[in-house]
Amino acid sequence: MTAPRSREPRAVRLLLIGLALAAFALFLFVPLAAVFVEAFRDGARAWLAAVTEPDARHALKLTLLVAVIAVPVNAFFGLAAGWALGKFRFPGRSFVLTLVDLPFAVSPVVAGLVFVLLFGRTGFFGPWLADRGLEIVFALPGIVLATVFVTFPFVAREVVPLMQSQGTDEEEAARVLGAGFFTTFFRVTLPNVKWALLYGIVLCTARAVGEFGAVSVVSGHVRGETNTLPLHVETLYNEYAFQGAFAAASLLTFVALATMVAKAIVSRRAREEAP
Amino acid sequence: MSRRRVSPSLLPGFGPALGVTLLFLSLVVLAPLAALLATTLRGTPREFLAAVSTPRVVAAVRLSVLVSLGAAAVSALLGLLLGWVLVRYRFPGRRLLDTLVDLPFALPTAVAGITLTTLYAPTGWLGRPLAALGVPVAFTPLGIGVALVFLGLPFTVRTLQPVLASLDPEVEEAAASLGATRLETFRRVLLPELLPALLTGSTLAFARGLGEYGSVVFISGNMPMRTEIAPLLVMTKLEQYDVAGATALATLLLVASFLLLLVLNRLEAWAARAVR
Repeated sequence: MTAPRSREPRAVRLLLIGLALAAFALFLFVPLAAVFVEAFRDGARAWLAAVTEPDARHALKLTLLVAVIAVPVNAFFGLAAGWALGKFRFPGRSFVLTLVDLPFAVSPVVAGLVFVLLFGRTGFFGPWLADRGLEIVFALPGIVLATVFVTFPFVAREVVPLMQSQGTDEEEAARVLGAGFFTTFFRVTLPNVKWALLYGIVLCTARAVGEFGAVSVVSGHVRGETNTLPLHVETLYNEYAFQGAFAAASLLTFVALATMVAKAIVSRRAREEAP
Repeated sequence: MSRRRVSPSLLPGFGPALGVTLLFLSLVVLAPLAALLATTLRGTPREFLAAVSTPRVVAAVRLSVLVSLGAAAVSALLGLLLGWVLVRYRFPGRRLLDTLVDLPFALPTAVAGITLTTLYAPTGWLGRPLAALGVPVAFTPLGIGVALVFLGLPFTVRTLQPVLASLDPEVEEAAASLGATRLETFRRVLLPELLPALLTGSTLAFARGLGEYGSVVFISGNMPMRTEIAPLLVMTKLEQYDVAGATALATLLLVASFLLLLVLNRLEAWAARAVR
């Protein structure tokens, strides 16, 4: 219990809570409410029509496909990085960790541009790809690559610090008892980091589904072909089809809300199981 | 945490795991960024300087830096308020609000962009009363700032919360018993403790703001020289087949990101020392 004099007077406390609630309302509640008000402005039937029209369905399918490829790739990378960087110490380790974080700091537009420079028509591999009739930029592979780039650190960021703090005692014990690498990893290490892994996967999925800037550069915005859901939102909005844009946006908002709930559940479970 | 080196013979898999890590890192992150630098280096330094010193580029970079700085400062103040209230006070709905802080992280930037634009447009819920007061928000630098504060808020709140929670109440009691007023205690005792986290959070917000595209393009109006941000100009140049110009500006942004990452590493080390 804190002494009375080390707390704020009641009036100050109420004022601060009031100000905080106002800031929450203005910056978080109102935008959230606005998405759904705009999406359902013309009724539930119009909303349903907007999210089931062919371009919207195609955009949703493409978005899910990209996430289904990008998330497992980054989860696999995150676990490999966790083992190499969390369980071992070696010179240059912290530099590698900084490089893993780099995609977080890079502008999404720059992340998209680098793939155009590599695989675009005038890019490094452009002529070679064109000779073979292969398309990366303005096609699915480019969208996947850009998404993998921007979501690269999510799983590693959660898994590496946890594996590091857990040390190697349990793994060493498993080894001494005769377990091989795979037994040690899947029976000892993986269960210990499962919540962090799940947490990273949730964040990675949310970003993969919602990525806009990087995908915008590499996709070419072909309706019904290379438009992901966020790009579909942009296309409709720029055509002044606001209700359709917000209907599609409401789907993405559901994903965001689900992400936040999943995040809260996973971090609570992780805290409960922490020794 | 043990500082001893693990003998490679006892724990297997170091080689393959590091190999996979470095391979992915090279293919996904390093090779593409190297392609950017290589494209820039194909030109002469004079060409690079010419490309990044046109009035339009200078205006875009200046706007991006100034608005991101302003938004980071506002995010720091609001983050301090929200973090303080969420950690220190108990009131109904606190848990829900605590979860909601992550909304700008989780909400796709395009959704944030069109929503904020609709809200702050001269016909919007918030834009109409503000326009009546003579403060237009959408399609002005202020609108860009609003989008970046929305985006930066979770960074400052989430870096401050653990530090606020770890503050030892005895220090505040000692200050109070020595005759400090509550405000003096906050300014002279608490604020110095919070400073590393406050700076880390606002640097994160600044870095994010500098590169942000999706939530800003809709609300900014994209008028060259006036409300055109640097990442958008990269996009515009690319669409106009000015690859050299786009690459030069992108390189500038990349170097800024890398420097900010190094600053953040320093700040985080400082913050870790401060928490003890």
